[in-house]
Amino acid sequence: MPPMIRREHDAERMLGEQFRAFRPVDTSTTRRDEAFTLFAEAGLPSRRIESWHYTDLRNLLREALPPAPEPDAATIEAARERLKTHAVPGAARIVVLDGTYRPELSDLSTLSAGIRVISVLDALSSGDLDPDLAAAQRLGQVESMLALNAAFLQGGAMIEVAPGTLALAPIELVLLLSGRAPAATYDRSYIKVGQGASVTLIERHASLGEAKSLAATVLVAAVGDEASFEHLARIDGLGAQALHLGTTLVRLGADAKFEATTLVATGGVTRRQAYLEFVGERSTAHLYGVSLLDGQSHADTTLIVTHTAPHCESRELYKHILDDEATGIYQGRVVVAPGAQKTDGKMLSKCIFLGEGANMYNKPELEIFADDVVCGHGATVGSLDDDQLFYLRARGIPLREAQALLLEAFASEAIETVSLPSVKDELNDRVGQWLRQHGR
Amino acid sequence: MLEVRNLHVEVEGQKILRGLDLKVHPGEVAAIMGPNGSGKSTLSYVIAGRSDYEVTDGEVLLDGENVLDMDPEERAAKGLFLAFQYPVEIPGVATMTFLKASVNAQRKARGESELSTPDFMRHVKQGAERLEVNPDMLKRPLNVGFSGGEKKRMEILQMALLEPRYGLLDETDSGLDIDALRIVSNGVNALRAANRGFLVITHYQRLLDYIKPDVVHIMSKGRIIKSGDAALALELEKNGYRDYVADAAA
Repeated sequence: MPPMIRREHDAERMLGEQFRAFRPVDTSTTRRDEAFTLFAEAGLPSRRIESWHYTDLRNLLREALPPAPEPDAATIEAARERLKTHAVPGAARIVVLDGTYRPELSDLSTLSAGIRVISVLDALSSGDLDPDLAAAQRLGQVESMLALNAAFLQGGAMIEVAPGTLALAPIELVLLLSGRAPAATYDRSYIKVGQGASVTLIERHASLGEAKSLAATVLVAAVGDEASFEHLARIDGLGAQALHLGTTLVRLGADAKFEATTLVATGGVTRRQAYLEFVGERSTAHLYGVSLLDGQSHADTTLIVTHTAPHCESRELYKHILDDEATGIYQGRVVVAPGAQKTDGKMLSKCIFLGEGANMYNKPELEIFADDVVCGHGATVGSLDDDQLFYLRARGIPLREAQALLLEAFASEAIETVSLPSVKDELNDRVGQWLRQHGR
Repeated sequence: MLEVRNLHVEVEGQKILRGLDLKVHPGEVAAIMGPNGSGKSTLSYVIAGRSDYEVTDGEVLLDGENVLDMDPEERAAKGLFLAFQYPVEIPGVATMTFLKASVNAQRKARGESELSTPDFMRHVKQGAERLEVNPDMLKRPLNVGFSGGEKKRMEILQMALLEPRYGLLDETDSGLDIDALRIVSNGVNALRAANRGFLVITHYQRLLDYIKPDVVHIMSKGRIIKSGDAALALELEKNGYRDYVADAAA
């Protein structure tokens, strides 16, 4: 077969130029060179790759935005102001601004004993990556955008939760874009949850301005045996010119627990992808999410959950509410390896349209190579249930209010497992506010 | 008075009600009995305002005002209440939240002030006790996972809280065992009042042993074909619907 000839793409050419001119603050040039070579060989993911079919970056990225410069004092002050909103009571806070870790904006004073946070660049240049984190990171090796992220890596946090640590206070990881000038950011954070430890991480993505942006952001998590990791993510208000590519890579040990809830309520293009692997037995993973999309916004949720070990349970529940000409994509794949007997996997993605011009691509998939498993998936696309609406109206609840009640209920089903009441309320309130903005 | 005049209703081109006339006076319990397919449930849905029925002729008057042009919520606020044959499950909406939204929406529509939470809670608690509704049910999503009897008791609890002018009970006895039937009937009887009427739709006479009707109407093929007092229901129980169905067809 002749080699595939890929026409050179403007953005890829520009990325090459940017990489040659890139002067990282650390000295890990070999690792970055290797990563960029990987990216350059694969190129930007396009519709030719099945999992990127609906989010074709060769088409979406006409040009490559320059890596964001170090934020100036005014930007840091603006970020400080913004950080006053949505503080979770008692939470420790890690702030990444325009891709770089900002200790002066972070507050680690309430970190539980047994948790250590350092800059990811310091961690990576001071030694080899923890083997569990390295293994988790390999889950994403097929992704050229992760290679690009590694090549241009600007910053992030390395979070180590010592075995047995029961973190009373959650950790917030706030990733802010200045949004002042068109720019790209590349951040990556790691969290290692030691054996028997338990921690909640709240990841927030927001922007201070509306300038064009590309954010390639990665979270790598290794969850040890008998450990519990809750990951809450809110991607909100990035602006219509934002392209957000968020990847979560999770590796679960035995008897471990992973609970994820993601709220996407932003304009622009968002892709949230998660790779998760069960490597130990009797673990559970629940991945929940809500997308609230309007205007021309586009949000892609792509999940690959791999059951390598037997006796594990995975649940995916995603709710999408689409107005105007928004586009929603759900691609969820559950892979059950030959040895992963007694796997219990269920996946459900449901979409409700408010606007007639909206589009939803719903693609749940099961790949099962073991014979003693219970797996199922479902996907629905539609409008609100007429019987439910009539029932509420027959009790005197006006149409709009009845619609809002049902839509809030629809979304809240994917929020109800959030363990922190303040965050659960925050997410439910955000849904209510969004619905009111859309006349519901 | 609740009055149905010459009501003609079609569903997907099929005639279901064919010139139905009916009056329910304040303070009165009127029963409608009839064989399956006679249009009993259609009548209750049309009065409550369900949209997938086409009214081709006739009127439904509440104290002289035609309600057929009103939205269901407006009819509810004017005092019409339908106890559903199959109460709808609403996942994600806590029963208490729904009850409060419902009571306050109706109060608001009538220009009354909203009930304070303590007042409302007290109201609900009293009603729940009478209907033997477990307080835990109020925290659960509306009707989700409720047994048949629990759903029907919840319907009557709603009626008690909303204090309608006219209660339409659509086969409220279906799916109830004898204990649930007694509890539900007691709940309805407690709401009987001089200014409130009931239209009790049922296939079986049994319910009418518990909720004594003032008047009994027999419905067949979309019309009321005979009316009488409570004795008519007993006669039906003995002879069945056959005579009436044959009469109507003739």
